[in-house]
Formats: sequence, structure tokens, C-alpha cells
Amino acid sequence: MAPARVAMTTPAFSTPATPRRSRWRAWRSASLRFSLAYGTMFALSSILFMSFMWWGTIGFLERQVETAINADARGLAERWVMGGLPTLALTIEDRLEQNLDDDAIYLVMDPQGNYLTGNVSAWPARVEHTDRWYNLPDTRAGLRGMAQLHAYNLPGTAQTHTEGQLDSGYRLLVGRDVRARGILRHLLTDSLLWAWVMVTLLAISGAVLVHRIFRRMVKTVARTTSAIAHGDLSRRMPLVGNGDEMDQVAEAINEMLDRIVRLMDGVRQVSNAIAHDLRTPIARARTQLEDAALHASTPDELRGAIDRAVGDLDNVTAVFEALLRIAQIEAGARRSAFMTFDLVPVLRDVADLYEAVAEEHGIALALDLPARLFFYGDRSLVQQAVANMLDNAIKFSPPGGTVYLRAQLRESAPGRLAGPTGEGMLDLSVSDEGIGMSEADMARATERFFRAEKARHTPGSGLGLSMVRAIVQLHGGQMHLSSHAPGLTVSLALPVAASALAEADEDMPASTHISGMTQTSPLPHQHDTNSSVE
Amino acid sequence: MHILVVEDDPTVRSFVAKGLKEAGHLVEMTDNGKDGLFMAVSEKFDLIILDRMLPGGIDGVRLLETIRAQNNTTPVLLLSALADVDDRVQGLKAGGDDYVTKPFAFSELLARVEALGRRGRTETAPQTKLEVADLEIDLLSRTVRRAGQKIDLQPREFRLLEYLARHAGQVVTRTMLLEGVWDYHFDPQTNVIDVHVSRLRQKVDKPFGAPLIHTIRNAGYMLRAE
Repeated sequence: MAPARVAMTTPAFSTPATPRRSRWRAWRSASLRFSLAYGTMFALSSILFMSFMWWGTIGFLERQVETAINADARGLAERWVMGGLPTLALTIEDRLEQNLDDDAIYLVMDPQGNYLTGNVSAWPARVEHTDRWYNLPDTRAGLRGMAQLHAYNLPGTAQTHTEGQLDSGYRLLVGRDVRARGILRHLLTDSLLWAWVMVTLLAISGAVLVHRIFRRMVKTVARTTSAIAHGDLSRRMPLVGNGDEMDQVAEAINEMLDRIVRLMDGVRQVSNAIAHDLRTPIARARTQLEDAALHASTPDELRGAIDRAVGDLDNVTAVFEALLRIAQIEAGARRSAFMTFDLVPVLRDVADLYEAVAEEHGIALALDLPARLFFYGDRSLVQQAVANMLDNAIKFSPPGGTVYLRAQLRESAPGRLAGPTGEGMLDLSVSDEGIGMSEADMARATERFFRAEKARHTPGSGLGLSMVRAIVQLHGGQMHLSSHAPGLTVSLALPVAASALAEADEDMPASTHISGMTQTSPLPHQHDTNSSVE
Repeated sequence: MHILVVEDDPTVRSFVAKGLKEAGHLVEMTDNGKDGLFMAVSEKFDLIILDRMLPGGIDGVRLLETIRAQNNTTPVLLLSALADVDDRVQGLKAGGDDYVTKPFAFSELLARVEALGRRGRTETAPQTKLEVADLEIDLLSRTVRRAGQKIDLQPREFRLLEYLARHAGQVVTRTMLLEGVWDYHFDPQTNVIDVHVSRLRQKVDKPFGAPLIHTIRNAGYMLRAE
């Protein structure tokens, strides 16, 4: 329960009791850490993104200018080689005329440093190398701007040559006025900076929002759980109703709470029941023993009293054992014994055991069972559940009545066959023609030690149906009581695991009952034909 | 029989010992696992009655596992307040031959002691025929005759009679029948076993005058010649 632990620490936020401690606690707050991480992440990623955009745009523009200058210079050099200075001068004049943007810069100088042609009057003093770019301020048509320049040696005019240096021959200066680019860069930088400020503001407000939402969610959980921890078990997590993750967590917690409440009710019920129902036989045994000790005059009297007391104590033990067993089943600890088995022989066995008893009471026991019925569960518990149901039915049936034991597999949902992926439902019911039960009694029938008024005089502990219900719940099923007019029907609806259905499928592929599954094995197995016509 | 009782509760120990002595057995006792283990390996017993929870560092299951590891096949009856199915399974897995939960009726314990003692003696010879007085049970053809007259029995009735006959001359409790014949390990609230036994009597005893199936008060049933 990590969120709950965090939740407990969050209230320290608002309490300025011990500043150092609360600051430390604030840093331990998961919501703050989370929102800070979120905000930082957001701001950092936007910086990265915008830097990339800035470099990309500005770099592209720079490269474009450089390419244009280089191409220009290459062209002019060719002209120079072809026709010497006159051709070069002509070409430069042409190009200047065609240069609509008026951003081209050309200058050709002779070895003595005299101006030959171009639109710059003098060679800039700082331009001394041919292997680098120069950005120099210029003034054109009265406007101050920035020029990007590159110097070239015109080939074949000098004796000495040093790589990257201007030599003693004719030289060429080509450049572009990049004032527009500077403006653009400014503009881009400004707008990106502003955008970043906006994004950061958004990130901060987002982080605050996340922090608050997070804290509210956790606070709700914390408030509810601490209320429960202080004993108010009726509290539940509020549901938003949109089925999101928080709702799912809330639902899971609510389910857990429901289960805890049920278990606690069970414990309370049991302790109440023990207090009331076990006291009686213990008190009786005690009275008998004390009475015998005080008043018995013959050994036979004494022995009789002791025997009766032992019988009472045996009852107490039996009740204890039943209670423990119910508790154990309800705790769900017995799922380890689950396996797939054919239910029909199990039911026949139990019926066989009770058939004799029924006959002795003049009651007929009628079975309505399919040939096979595979079930995944605890065999001995199912046996016990059915035994308890039959025991009850026979106890409350009048002579001449009939007790019915029915079992059948039902499709899990209307219109949908129980396929290998789905689950089937097993309907198991025991009906008698006895005194029946009132609606109010039916509702209470599974309470431990509950015995309907009419049933008070019959032997029994009042734990039979509690145990049946516990067993049914362990198997994920439901128990239902209804009137059988006259009499009572106890029906169990037990989910049959897909694995058990698959086993049934393998064993009787020709059965029409579950024909929906035969598509997994379209050819009936030869050796199975016998069993399917049982 | 020579029986070792390892039980730490003095009341239960002396009660069990007294009852077993009255039933004609030779009983030795100890109250802790260490001594119990020493006695179990140094002497020859026909049966050991072993409490599960014992003081002295060695509990019942440990003791049992130790002697089983030494190929000691003495029948062991575990006696315990641990009544869970899992506890029972654990005890039987460790090598126990039977399991009785506390509190218990002495008659139940005695019946199981007798049954275990006999099993120790006759285990080796597989029987094909059981005879009690003029009652003959053929285990191969699964037929029953009394005084030469064939008796028709349902399969379950046959198994009930077979179980009684295998323990002829011994008390068989209702719980033993429920476990041995039906393989049920819970306590049905009604007298189901009595009804089945009385049905069996109708077929086996009633037509022949002299009863073979006897009710032992406060204990169970016994199949024996008069």
C-alpha cells in the first residue's frame, strides 16, 4: 500500500508546525516529486526542441548564403580563366544588375591593392585569409548592416602560394549582405524565447494541477482508510463513475472492505453464536455432573449422568469442529485440493449413503443426473455439501414424501454456448416435500446456528446450510433457497471451470449437450462412442 | 500388544494407558519426543500412539519421520488436537497409519488400535476368502454364503460386510466404517451408518437366527461368532 503511506505524509504540507521537518516531508511527498518531475521534463524537452529549431533554421540560412557565395566565386573564377579581367568585370556588372535584392558584394583588386571592379570601394583591412568567413559591419545606401564575406585568390597570377592566405596576385572578394538574416535570427530568437516562457508557465501550471489532482486522490484514499483504521468500517471510497484507474483502485478497495466487513461479521456472528449456543450444552453437562456428584446414590445413576454429560460434550466438540471447518472453508485456504473430477459418481455415492436413511423414514430419493458431469473443485467438500443438503431434506420430509437430487450443466449466458474460453454453470438442487420455510426464515437460513422455529425440535446444530454456503462460495458459486410447494428447494449454482468443460469435451465429443465445443475436435474419437451413449 | 504411548498431557496419557491395560495390552509411556524416539528405536513395539505436539525439541511428526527413515515399520497412530484436513494429510504423509483427533472417545481409539495391531500381523498374506462362524465371504467372486445359503448383497453392502469381516472380533466404530467403506472424512449428522448396518443385518442375520453383527454400546459394531 505505497500510496496510503504517502498519503499519510501529505497532510504535513499544510501544517507549519515544524518547518524543517515539514520541508523534508514535503520532499518526500510523491505528488510533489511527480509533478516536479513532470514540469522539469516538460520545460527541458521544450528547451531541447526549441534549440533544435533555432539551430536548424539559422544554420540552414547560413549554409545557404555560404553555398551561394561559393558558387558565385567559382563562376567568377571560371570567367577570369576564360577571358581575364575584362570578362570578369563584365560578369560582375551583369550580376550586380540582375541582383534584385541588392545584397551582393563584389570586389576585384590587382596585386598592388588598386580597385579594379566591384561595388565596394576598398579592401577591408581585416580580410587576410581565404579559408574562413568574415562577418563585417557595412553601410549600404545609408543603412548599417552586416555583410558575410569570403576572399579568393584569382588563379594563375602569383608566383608564391600559401594555403589559406591571400597571395600576391589578383584577388576577389565575394559577399552577401546578411542584414535580413540578422533580423530573422532576432525575430526567431525572440519568439522562441517567448514560446519557451509560455511553455514553462504551462508546465508549471500543469505540474501544480497534477500535484493537486494527485494529492486530492491520495487524500481521499487516505481519509477513507484512516477513518476505517479508526474503526469506521462503513466508509467507502467515493467513485467518480467514469471507470478510470482511480475508480478501479477505489472499487478494488471497496471490494476489499466489503470482504473484510463480511469476514468480521462472520467472526462476530460466530463469537455471538458460541456465547449463546455452546453455553447451553456446556451448562447442561456441568449441571448433570454436579447433580450426580451431589445426589447420585447408586453407581448406575452416576454412570448414566456421566454418560449423558460426555454426550453433551461430544456435541460441543462436533459444533466446534463444524465451526472451525466453516471458518477454514470461508478463509479460502482449501483451494489447494481443487481438481477436476466427474461429479456424477460422487453424487451417486452420497445418495447411496442417504438412500437407506430415506427409506427408513419412508421417503423416496429420486435422482436426476446426467451421464457425466465434470467439475473442478474440492471433491470431499462437494460431497459434504450434498450430504448436508440431503440430510436436511430427509430430516424435514414427511413419510411418503420424495426428495429430489438434480444436477445439470447450463450454458453460462443465454445464447452463448459454454466454450473452451468461457465457463459453464452447474445447477445442483435438492428439493423436499417437507414443512418448507417462510420467506423471512429463508433469508436467515444460512446464518450460523439459525434454526427455523418449526425446526427447533429436530436434532442438529443449525450449521448445515452455513457450511453448504461456505463451500459454495469457495467454489465461486451461489446458493439459493426457494419454495418447492410444499417443501423447500436448495439450489446451488456453481461455475464450472473451462478446463473441466474441456475434459468433458474430450470424454464425450458426440454429446449434443455441449456440442458448441466440438469444433475444437471435429472428429469424434472412436473409443468414446461407448461412453457417450451411456 | 506391546504399545508405546508418547503423550505430554498427563491426564490423557494415564487415561489412554489405563484403558489399554484394561484391554489387555502392555503399555509403556513417555511424555516427550526425545525419550519417545529413544524408546521407539531401542525396543520392539507392536504399535506407537504418538501425540503430534510434544515438548523436548522433537515433535510427533519429526519422531515419526525419523523412525520411518530407519525402516522401522511399526504401526503409528497419531493423536492430535490439530484437526485440519491438511494436518491430517501431513501426518499420514510422514508415515502415520491412522489419525485420531482430540478430543476422542476411548472406544474409538481402542477400536483403531486393535485394527492397526491386526493389520501389522496379517499384512503380508492377501486373502481371497473371509470366514466368520458359518459366514463365508469370497472376495474373488464377491459372493456371500451363510450356512451354505447364498445371500444377495448390494456392492456397498458387500463392502460393509467385508470391512466388518476383516476386523472380525474387533470393535469397528461408525467413523471407521464411514472412512473405510465410504471414504468420507466428515461427520454426517444423522445415524446413516446405523441404518446401513441394520439393512445388512436384515440380510445376513435375520434369516439365520443367531446374530453375527453385534452392536457394542457407546462404541460401534463387531462381527463375531456368538
